[in-house]
Amino acid sequence: MALINPKKKEVQVKIVYYGPGRGGKTTNLEYINKKFKKRIQNEMVTVKTYGDRTLFFDFLPFDIGEIKGHSIKVQLYTVPGQVKYNATRRLVLRGVDGLVFVADSMDLRREMNIRSLQNLKENLETFNKSIFNIPLVLQYNKRDLEDEGIPILSVDTLERDLNSRLKAPSFPASAVKGDNVAATMKKIIALTVGSLRKKLE
Amino acid sequence: MDFTIEFDKQQIESIENILQEELIDLGVQSVILMDLAGNVIVNLENGGASHDVYSLAALAAGNYGAVSAMANIIGEQEFSLLFHKGAEESIHFSKVVDDLLLLTIFNKNVSLGFLRLKVTEAIKRIQALI
Ligand SMILES: Nc1nc2c(ncn2[C@@H]2O[C@H](COP(=O)(O)OP(=O)(O)OP(=O)(O)O)[C@@H](O)[C@H]2O)c(=O)[nH]1
Ligand SMILES: [Mg+2]
Repeated sequence: MALINPKKKEVQVKIVYYGPGRGGKTTNLEYINKKFKKRIQNEMVTVKTYGDRTLFFDFLPFDIGEIKGHSIKVQLYTVPGQVKYNATRRLVLRGVDGLVFVADSMDLRREMNIRSLQNLKENLETFNKSIFNIPLVLQYNKRDLEDEGIPILSVDTLERDLNSRLKAPSFPASAVKGDNVAATMKKIIALTVGSLRKKLE
Repeated sequence: MDFTIEFDKQQIESIENILQEELIDLGVQSVILMDLAGNVIVNLENGGASHDVYSLAALAAGNYGAVSAMANIIGEQEFSLLFHKGAEESIHFSKVVDDLLLLTIFNKNVSLGFLRLKVTEAIKRIQALI
């Protein structure tokens, strides 16, 4: 749950990027960190293993200005996608307000996407949250691979696999190129902050 | 279970007063009252240093969660002393209630024993408020 400080008139909102290992979650945050440098006062925090895999999380705080007299501090996190790190994924999900699910468009990763989404659903349930009523955006990442002749899943297939019941907003994207990275982020911030508006009245 | 602890303005001011009296006035550099989601609830500094408190809180929440999980694996409820000692600055963590942590950053002018005493005192007073 977002934390509202009535004295400082400040709201902290926690948004978590979730998805299978190597799907591009960290790359999303790195791009945002570069692109919006001016709005980011502090360094991005990353806890990595060798070879750049996320061990614990990445963390990027981001000021988006004022809403209803409150300054909004968005805190972007990524989880480690590798299957073995489920305990740390759960720690990062604690208190989550909004989620981006970063799916990997590569053909080979079809099963991994489905399993990771199922894992998200189960982890949310341990916090008594439902994937069906938390702000959520799907991102179909690595669309650029098509140009290199690498087989990728069609957006239709990804929609059917992942979004047929959720019906969440979704974006085809390329985190390395930056395509739709900002759009994904803006959408999840709008949904998440929108869900808080009532509380700020 | 997920959690929501809501504080009103008055509670926050009372907590600030307690932390000021018990810790900052005695030479502690910085105190952060935070929740386990990594949110900063109250932060006070003695003016000497300014830290990136949001990043600290995010890492502290993860660290505390990881250490608690380790405690459970070896059959402990929790570890009572969580403390990282540096050459100049040290960090001390203490649970206030289930979902709240008090993080204290202090230098070698403050002894650990004294700090623990003061933290315990501050926590007792905060618990009475919430
Ligand atoms: N071609 C292409 N490669 C990408 C894209 N996004 C990420 N990658 C690459 O995929 C690899 C993994 O990206 P990360 O961002 O580290 O993936 P992650 O989801 O954070 O992985 P974990 O931390 O293990 O969960 C890196 O080599 C990235 O450069 C993309 O849009 N297109
Ligand atoms: Mg990563």
